[in-house]
Amino acid sequence: MKRISKSRHDLPALPRRRFIQGLAAGGMVLGAAPWLDATAAREIPATAIGTPPVLTGTEFDLTIAETRVNYTGTPHMATTINGSLPGPTLRMREGDTVTIRVTNRLAVDTSIHWHGIILPYQMDGVPGISFRGIAPGETFTYQFKVAQSGTYWYHSHSGMQEQTGMFGTIVIDPARGDSIRADREYIVQFSDWTDEDPHRVMSKLKMQSDYYNFNQPTVADFFRDVSNEGLSGALAKREMWNQMRMNPTDLADISGYTYTYLMNGVTPAGNWTGLFRAGEKLRLRLINSGAMTFFDVRIPGLKMTVVQADGQNVEPVAVDEIRLGVAETYDVIVTPKDEAYTIFAQSMDRTGFVRGTLAPRTGMEAAVPAPDKPEPLDMEDMMGDMTGVARAHHAKTEYGPSVDMRVDTPRTNLDDPGVGLRDNGRRVLTYADLHTVGGPLDKREPGREIELHLTGNMERYVWSIDGVEFGRSTPIHFRHNERLRVVFVNDTMMTHPMHLHGLWSELESPDGKFLARKHTISVQPAQRVSFLVTADALGRWAWHCHLLIHMDTGMFREVVVS
Amino acid sequence: MTQRERTTENHATPSKRMNRIAAVVLFLGLAPAYAQEATTPDADNSDVQGSTSAAGGGMPGAAQMDYGKMVQGQMDHGSMQGGSPPPDARDPHAYSGGLVFGPDRQLKMADEHSFHSILIDRLEVVRTSDHTSGAYDLKARYGRDYDRAVLKAEGEVADGRTEEARTELFWSHAVAAYWDAQLGVRHDSGAGRPGRGWLAFGVEGLAPYWFELDATAYVGESGRSALRFAVEYELLLTQKLVLQPRIEANFYGQRDAELALGAGLSSAVAGLRLRYEIRREFAPYVGIEWAGKYGATADYARAAGAETKETRFVAGLRFWF
Repeated sequence: MKRISKSRHDLPALPRRRFIQGLAAGGMVLGAAPWLDATAAREIPATAIGTPPVLTGTEFDLTIAETRVNYTGTPHMATTINGSLPGPTLRMREGDTVTIRVTNRLAVDTSIHWHGIILPYQMDGVPGISFRGIAPGETFTYQFKVAQSGTYWYHSHSGMQEQTGMFGTIVIDPARGDSIRADREYIVQFSDWTDEDPHRVMSKLKMQSDYYNFNQPTVADFFRDVSNEGLSGALAKREMWNQMRMNPTDLADISGYTYTYLMNGVTPAGNWTGLFRAGEKLRLRLINSGAMTFFDVRIPGLKMTVVQADGQNVEPVAVDEIRLGVAETYDVIVTPKDEAYTIFAQSMDRTGFVRGTLAPRTGMEAAVPAPDKPEPLDMEDMMGDMTGVARAHHAKTEYGPSVDMRVDTPRTNLDDPGVGLRDNGRRVLTYADLHTVGGPLDKREPGREIELHLTGNMERYVWSIDGVEFGRSTPIHFRHNERLRVVFVNDTMMTHPMHLHGLWSELESPDGKFLARKHTISVQPAQRVSFLVTADALGRWAWHCHLLIHMDTGMFREVVVS
Repeated sequence: MTQRERTTENHATPSKRMNRIAAVVLFLGLAPAYAQEATTPDADNSDVQGSTSAAGGGMPGAAQMDYGKMVQGQMDHGSMQGGSPPPDARDPHAYSGGLVFGPDRQLKMADEHSFHSILIDRLEVVRTSDHTSGAYDLKARYGRDYDRAVLKAEGEVADGRTEEARTELFWSHAVAAYWDAQLGVRHDSGAGRPGRGWLAFGVEGLAPYWFELDATAYVGESGRSALRFAVEYELLLTQKLVLQPRIEANFYGQRDAELALGAGLSSAVAGLRLRYEIRREFAPYVGIEWAGKYGATADYARAAGAETKETRFVAGLRFWF
């Protein structure tokens, strides 16, 4: 399929360099809180940032509290676990039964969800579905048998606490030795930080959904197109978008205008650094713990060999760049020479980045690339594949005020790296590259198929499934032990990382071949993705878009396995 | 007696005209909503063909051409926006296996929360050739995504007195992706003016090509009726510098001598405001407006020795929270 020619957009002017780059020192500076009086400053401890402590064994104690952090020059409160951002790394062993006591020292309820972990539903940590939540002052004891291995993470499932810093890494060592060999390993956990109250952010988006988008088509862009392509060309390019009231630069709801992007809790200026000896094989456990940000990650000068996706080992594939969907994890092996390298992660909308360094000695750093120019959405992101055979079967609730657009002919191209990464000269990982070692856990053919549409209305800033927000929905029922196919069709122009709790999502290719076992599956705009699920875990589970505000505004379902 | 008859006659004729105007304005207001509800494939295709042939004329690549055909193909088997569900549309609750949430459902998310906002769209100083006054135009919203209370208030202030004010309170209900239907009341007031009360019904929303429309019909006491129509567009000169053309027109079904209003088109304003968004929610602006009185309303103005057309310079602040 040919693509419509694309207009180029200049990088938006960012408000303050320090803002986006962050403070080098981050949260570690004590007494940098002019608005806090001395007493308060003593009472509220500062947050420890950077590589967090590693807790090992079978008993873990976690305390949730507010601590002070300063990423931009103004101190703010973060919601942290054991006082660090990220929270402590929990290192477990496959086969062990772990006990995790979580104590709430906040003024509001909290919870922890163990993302991607297969466990009894009462231990899954979603308030209102798995349990009641953890009230202030209360300690909740999680206990489950660890039945898997790999890289995972954990985070709050209450309110906006994930946005304010409440997440950490889980590493589970295989019971019988790791088939992935490396001399050294680092966790590289990405996140996004805003000084704003996340509820305020949501209110702003409700008022003006493009509030944080400073990359919109302007009159100047129009005249540039006129001079390049003629008046009719410039008009034709805008025809569909403007007629349909769709914005081709709608790449992220929240941008670097408010976000400071973090790597292991450290700002770009802070430059998180991992040391190595020349010749070593390094394993990097890449985790996207952003609330609303897709990160495009690369290490200029190094091929990354992807060996694991969402905690599951995959056939090794060497790439230059990986788009890390929110909540996804990828383990990669790199073999650096005796020099410094930049780990560069730019946000999908190119309004900011975070970088860190891999170096043989402290103090070394490599060149930091400039973010790419933001690429507007293509016609295929809006229309799908009109020459393809896939057809969407819309729900009757997709014809009302909750849905601004439907895609009738979705594209099924899992080999598409997505907007901004197409034809960029780098080898970018796609879902078509993923092949989980050992194949599917369940060889049965699906007994039935359910189709769900990812829907929204950007103008009203509402997000839903089949045009129905959670509050108006009914639970989705899976019969115990059934094998079924789930088809997602994305009717919107944003990529949605869909996370099914408690059950694996076994991604398949457009022609029905098994690709990868995942806990979170990103569905690109106007794309159709299918995967198989074995409903082998009884109970009540959450299923939602992992973009925090999409989840909270209603792109969420409860699944009941019975 | 003669006077009286004439009045009645005058009343009758504009009333018919009024009906036509009402029909036209309501059509303008509602047409985009209906266009969504039942997209006319012919119209869409002709648009697409139009752009395609235009693209084919001078475009460097044939890509657009191909897309035009494909787009047309897409449109043939259903619109991507609005419309009504086909008979075989899925039931979104079909996968529930009969499960429902009980009244004790614990999890409540933001889709069940109410949000509020206040937009002071215009708070400005208005300067004409002979006097200076102030004007305000605000909109406050409270409620959930598809049903909310909306307060709209607009007025002019001069010499410390409110000269003319229109205050409306609506229940606003989402009827289509981009359109809200609004039902409410309006009250007109002003120093030395008799008050007027109205029932109001309107539509507000975003038309294709990003035109913001607000059209409201009013019914008052003593057989009074009125229509108000406003359209705005936002032209981004840069990411923060926004030029906003705005047109507003007011129609009345019968004359109102106490307020010096004639029947038919009574007033229209065309404005251009250039604002700079220091923050999204805080933008000073300057602008120019051309305001005119028409028909019998203009006659009243002339009789009172006032101008019927004026050019106004405005400077003000747009802000919201």
